[in-house]
Amino acid sequence: MSVVPFTRSRELALRIDRIACEGHGACAELLPELLSLDEWGFPIVHRAAVPPELAAHARRAVAACPVLALRLERGRS
Amino acid sequence: MTAEAAYDEAHDATRALPLADGSRPGPHGTRLLAGWFRTGRAADLTDHLDRYGPLPATAPAPLRQAVDEAGLTGRGGAAFPTGRKLSTVAAGRGPAVVVANGMESEPGSLKDQTLLQLAPHLVLDGIALAARAVGANAAHLCVARTRTEQVRALRGALAERVRLRLDPVPVQLHELPHHYVSSEESALVHWLNGGDARPTATPPRPFERGVGKRPTLVDNVETLAQLTLIARYGPAWYREAGAPDAPGTTLVTLSGAVHHPGVYEAPMGARLGQLLDHAGAAAERLSAVLVGGYFGSWLPAEAALSARFTKQDLAQLGAGPGAGVLVALPERACGLAETADVLGFLARNSAQQCGPCRFGLPAVAEDFAALAAGRLDGPSLTRLEQRVGLLAGRGACRHPDGASRLAATALQTFAADVARHVQFGPCGGASTSPVLAVPQGAVPGPQEWR
Ligand SMILES: Cc1cc2nc3c(=O)[nH]c(=O)nc-3n(C[C@H](O)[C@H](O)[C@H](O)COP(=O)(O)O)c2cc1C
Ligand code: SF4
Repeated sequence: MSVVPFTRSRELALRIDRIACEGHGACAELLPELLSLDEWGFPIVHRAAVPPELAAHARRAVAACPVLALRLERGRS
Repeated sequence: MTAEAAYDEAHDATRALPLADGSRPGPHGTRLLAGWFRTGRAADLTDHLDRYGPLPATAPAPLRQAVDEAGLTGRGGAAFPTGRKLSTVAAGRGPAVVVANGMESEPGSLKDQTLLQLAPHLVLDGIALAARAVGANAAHLCVARTRTEQVRALRGALAERVRLRLDPVPVQLHELPHHYVSSEESALVHWLNGGDARPTATPPRPFERGVGKRPTLVDNVETLAQLTLIARYGPAWYREAGAPDAPGTTLVTLSGAVHHPGVYEAPMGARLGQLLDHAGAAAERLSAVLVGGYFGSWLPAEAALSARFTKQDLAQLGAGPGAGVLVALPERACGLAETADVLGFLARNSAQQCGPCRFGLPAVAEDFAALAAGRLDGPSLTRLEQRVGLLAGRGACRHPDGASRLAATALQTFAADVARHVQFGPCGGASTSPVLAVPQGAVPGPQEWR
């Protein structure tokens, strides 16, 4: 019952509240290494685990979501 | 003895027998449905107590252990080990809550309604025993508010138990809005907490923080009835039916091109062909079998009929037991048209909360309708395949995942038909009456979830 794919504990992981998400797309613009958008502008997570070198970008993407749908969490396992 | 041999041996004992009154070939079975099989009528509390006696006095830990040893898995769709779920909820902080899921929103399934009608006290015993096993002081039974006759009968059954003071934890009956996703576990919890019967973002999952923020066990009603039998007769008895890797019996709903569609109780681990034999076998040449229901997978008939009904065996074919639904598709039918109907239903019945349900699923349903009608060209087919691949894993609940699986397995199993429809237009099957009786009806409005 792992909740976030591709993470080991302690790692930062992206989590999207799919109900809150309105498809603004800011996240994919700021974090194209890990996220892209489908044809309607809703995010596709290519990798939930955030490598250390992308942590700052990831935080910026989280801050940019107007509905607070994107979060960074310590990986659970 | 191998698992298969064990099953093959056990199978004959539970084969379909003609009924005394001859009027209805199903449902029948030797465990959950044994009472009905004997008497031909729904068991009231007197019948139930005569047959099974009062609740066994097993303590919580041994009860959980018995369920674990029996190898019971959830009958609501995911086939998750019930013993493990009991232990997780029992280990949670504070008194727990039990929620029995009797919603049966899957249109291809009739088994929970049948069970609740014919042996309600097996389910209600199961709720009491599960409450004991996890240390719960509240219990809820959720059913669809549209099924007024069922609600009336269950109220009667509960009143009988209250009179005899059978249940240490009172069971509250709830009538919920009836949409395909209002029966998903987080939707039940949200409704019981005073909200809409729509799935919520997880985590927290119900077992962590559910009704009243307490650890909550959500189990399918058949799972609970199976638990009742395990508590009474023990794990060794339970394992006498079924196969070592898939113990016990299970309720299945068999429909499509079989002689006697209906609900049957059959050993787990049976070959799908043997399951269909319960319903008098295929009535025509089959092209495919829908395994698991509207969330399920289309398998080519030949592969399906020889597959064993276990989570592992079906997983190898890209399928799962789901809620025990098997639909036999005759060769004359158009699998693409059937799938288009179901996808349309799933698109109309989402909670319209997440991107894939608001856009991706309706688009896939439309593409499929076009494909079935022979109006989809090659490039659009490629786009459809991409859209199908992007549905899974991107909603708050697994509704889009189920739709994705149905669509993907249809494209695979009916690949030759797909090519023909793209090249030459619709087939004859599209104009014959559909095998699946897909419910119509519009998207529920925002007020229809409470
Ligand atoms: C969209 C959706 C609809 C569901 N509908 C039902 C249902 O009608 N009945 C049911 O028992 N489980 C249903 N489930 C599964 C429940 O969420 C839950 O897993 C189940 O009730 C757990 O019981 P079990 O472990 O005994 O199988 C549904 C799941 C999804 C994603
Ligand atoms: S995935 Fe679909 S059904 Fe599930 S919560 Fe989101 S909108 Fe509702």
